[in-house]
Amino acid sequence: MKKLPALLTSLLCLALAGAAWADDVQVAVAANFTAPMKTIAAEFAKATGHTATLSFGATGRFYTQIKNGAPFDVFLSADDETPAKLEQEGAAVSGSRFTYATGQLVLWSAQPDFVDAQGEVLKKGNFKNIALAAPKLAPYGAAAIETLTQLGLLDSLSPKFVQGESIGQTFGFVSTGNAELGFVALSQVYENGKIKSGSAWIVPERLHSPIRQDAVILARAKDNKAAAALAEFLKSEKARAVIRAYGYTI
Amino acid sequence: MLLSEADLGAIGLTLKLATVVTLILLVLGTPLAWWLARTRSWLKGPVNALVALPIVLPPVVIGFYLLVAMGPHGPVGRLTQALGLGGLPFTFAGLVVASVIYTLPFVVQPIQNAFEAIGDQPLEAAATLRAAPLDRFFSVVLPLARPGYLTATVMGFAHTVGEFGVVLMIGGNIPDKTRVISVQLYDHVEIQEYAQAHGLAAGMLVFSFAVLLALYLLNPTGRRRA
Repeated sequence: MKKLPALLTSLLCLALAGAAWADDVQVAVAANFTAPMKTIAAEFAKATGHTATLSFGATGRFYTQIKNGAPFDVFLSADDETPAKLEQEGAAVSGSRFTYATGQLVLWSAQPDFVDAQGEVLKKGNFKNIALAAPKLAPYGAAAIETLTQLGLLDSLSPKFVQGESIGQTFGFVSTGNAELGFVALSQVYENGKIKSGSAWIVPERLHSPIRQDAVILARAKDNKAAAALAEFLKSEKARAVIRAYGYTI
Repeated sequence: MLLSEADLGAIGLTLKLATVVTLILLVLGTPLAWWLARTRSWLKGPVNALVALPIVLPPVVIGFYLLVAMGPHGPVGRLTQALGLGGLPFTFAGLVVASVIYTLPFVVQPIQNAFEAIGDQPLEAAATLRAAPLDRFFSVVLPLARPGYLTATVMGFAHTVGEFGVVLMIGGNIPDKTRVISVQLYDHVEIQEYAQAHGLAAGMLVFSFAVLLALYLLNPTGRRRA
């Protein structure tokens, strides 16, 4: 009878010891960063022994969920405003914010030779639908609007807009051919240093403000070692190589 | 109230969509329900299952298939283009087609149940009085099936108003064309415009309750059998 408490204690010690060297970190990841983050999470597990559990979605929705107690430890946003807001509101660890990637906007079509290397196709306007992410919801959508405003084409093209709720859905509209072309994230159509399929114009950065994507450690993870380790890992050259390979700059 | 111009536009569009869809479904659903209620064909089971599919399928599945099928490379898309109708995604007509499919069981099933409940006797009685088949349908079946039609109309309308996943997939969020209440509401929530979101959400809640309440008050089950 005396052995049972001892056994329980030793089990508890084992469990605690296990938790100390291999923590789990719950990560909310902006949809556009899905592919690189899967690779990075695998590398992270190999390098540190910690596990990163990934959830993908829209930045705005994650904000609402985090504010309402969602169990996330680290948040990789699609913009720099949402993490700053979370930090201001005390929902994130202050001083933990950093830019993990800068996104690149691309005008893309699933058809080869439809989009030219200078984006002149926008002036020709020989298409029925042009897809973009809803500018109020997604930074890539806002950047697309800025670009069209700079080019003086906003008013003439806005009747042809179809809006995706996220950059992922916007990509779907274009890849199925339902919209002839659309503004998507370079990371969605880029692999091994070139455009995977179709035709594209990488929008010059002078046409829109930079799409800085910031990460932040959330308040509930302020003592979570795995969360801190993941933040460090994202800044490592190993992770950055992956990030660049997917068409981001950093 | 906190409703903006865009909110009102979304409400108007939603009501228009629900009206068109309900009318189409009542016309298409009647012969289909009649056939399902009367047939002894082995096809009855499979057709019943097909009609009921939208109840169990996630709307995203329906939306995804429709987006692919109605797209320029899909079978429906090729057909509409060959007919000179253009593409259906991102148009009001596309939403109507999608909603008709999505709401089909909510209109067909109540009518079918009503037809089945009538049975053969009233029809045989009418036939002995030399009523022609069409006459029998309009002067015997339809009045007897009135509660079923009421349920079908209310459910069809309300279900279309509440539609979200399918519209999200094929709508493209275009003001006054495809931006219905649920999408507008979703956008408000996403960008933390909670005041506007509350306005629309409360409206939807009150509307849904009122519709169901009206249905149960007008159509008390059991009274007909008593």
